[in-house]
Amino acid sequence: MSQCLQTLHDYGLRAIGIGERLLPRTDFTLCEQFVLIGSGLIWNVYFGALALFIGFFLANALAVAKASSHPWLRKPAEWFIFLFRGSPLFIQFFIAYEALVQLPRAGIDIFGITVQTSWMTRAWAGALLVLVLNTAAYSAEIFYGALRNLPKGELEAADAYGMTGWTRYRRVVWPTAMRLAWPAYTNEAIFLFHATTLVFFSSFPAFQQQGDSLYYASYFADKTFNPFVAYPIVAGYFILLTLCLILLFGIVNRRLNRHLPGAVRKIRYRPNLIR
Amino acid sequence: MFATCADPKTLEGLAWLLCYLTSGKHMLFYLSFGTVILLLAITAPVALLFGFGGALASRSRIAPLRWFGKTYTSMVRGVPDIIFFLFVPIALDQAFEWMRAKVYCDPSVPIRQGNDFVVCPAAKLPLSSSAEWVHQSYGVFLAVIAFAIVFGAFAANVLYGAMNAVPKAQLETAEAYGMSPRQVSRRILIPQMWTYALPGLANLWMILIKATPLLFVLGVEDIVYWARELGGAKTSAYSYPHPDWRLYYFLGILVFYLLMTWGSERFFDRIRARLSAGQATMAGEAMRKAPQ
Repeated sequence: MSQCLQTLHDYGLRAIGIGERLLPRTDFTLCEQFVLIGSGLIWNVYFGALALFIGFFLANALAVAKASSHPWLRKPAEWFIFLFRGSPLFIQFFIAYEALVQLPRAGIDIFGITVQTSWMTRAWAGALLVLVLNTAAYSAEIFYGALRNLPKGELEAADAYGMTGWTRYRRVVWPTAMRLAWPAYTNEAIFLFHATTLVFFSSFPAFQQQGDSLYYASYFADKTFNPFVAYPIVAGYFILLTLCLILLFGIVNRRLNRHLPGAVRKIRYRPNLIR
Repeated sequence: MFATCADPKTLEGLAWLLCYLTSGKHMLFYLSFGTVILLLAITAPVALLFGFGGALASRSRIAPLRWFGKTYTSMVRGVPDIIFFLFVPIALDQAFEWMRAKVYCDPSVPIRQGNDFVVCPAAKLPLSSSAEWVHQSYGVFLAVIAFAIVFGAFAANVLYGAMNAVPKAQLETAEAYGMSPRQVSRRILIPQMWTYALPGLANLWMILIKATPLLFVLGVEDIVYWARELGGAKTSAYSYPHPDWRLYYFLGILVFYLLMTWGSERFFDRIRARLSAGQATMAGEAMRKAPQ
């Protein structure tokens, strides 16, 4: 037990570069596998949470643009959504990495200030960018569907109160759209967290062996020729992560639906399984 | 390919590009698009079959079979699919070799020696003496099984939902006519469920298309492999030296995938219209009311 605490101390934050430098090489204990894979989970949470947060705002803008009647707004949004929903995330990672590597090494001169670009090829920035754009496209489609399914009566009621423009959007359209889209958005959030496992499997290199949970799991599976321990551990961690997400999104869902009689009951999560 | 390409060093501009794009390696690259399409063509029916079995099993009256079906369908919930793609091929490979080792090898030598999984050469799969294409196709075979298992579980969920969506009254009517449970399934349930299953299956097909680059992770020489291979910077030691062109190769692959998903979407729109005809659903009702 005390040995495991020592392992936790050595490797608990290994994924972000704190603690023991060298990874264990032989005689892997179960504790080491749990701790290192768990420490890799920090990256999954980092990518998932930040991409979800930034992507949420972008997705709302995109959904409004796609629902707009103005072709100069609608067409770019439609193309953006098609581009990111129609191609594999895996390929998007590759393209982003190759494109970011082509940026000039020395940095770009903007009005006399040299902007460093080398950090863009690192996973924490480059992969995050791809994930943000990707989840924005998927969520925008969900929000767009919700915007189209707004009950006519609510819009008419808003009109009757004399609400227009931004006020109408903020007080009627947006809350209702969120309420309608929330179950599907929960699903998207879960898939986004699952997609974060691709980051270190695509071309973004794991700097100083600081990788995500799947990176460490495959390290152990490769070293021990035994897939029956490491992969189930990642799977277990992800099930826990999924449960946490469902819990968090359930709280938001209850708040969004609090004015509806009978809807406040426990949210029954029906996973769509499919992104 | 062309006679003029014999000495690429002398070529310029468009002629160089033409020769470059028809070199032997590029032919393999174009063939690998076939690998991807082949994988889709094999995996989709197998996964549908697995899904069908899973859905029927989770509706079964025999408890162990039902438990198996429920476990199978719920296995993909909450766990990223790439974990299964990494896990299933290794696990299957070891299972096959372990079984062969039991038959062909000396039983006194343990298979698992510390951190190593060791089987005697006779039990290796594929045998170390077999040709390169056997190794390749064994890899593809494992990949197909992994894809089929994971997407079968997805499909089982979709089909299970579709089977539950068939109006109960129809099944009860069939029973009232004296059909046995098996007849009800075959004559009413299965023909009726497709229209409910189609949106889910169409989505699944899209996901399957977008999951094919993961073949690269499984070590198959697919389009991603060749794009990295061909696109990487080539020194003048090669017949066609060029700087790092991987970005352009990946953009080509991107266009391929966009075309695939766009075409599939068109195709499913047409099928959806056909399957909705005569159904007791909103779309079917709209078609009935539409002026002929």
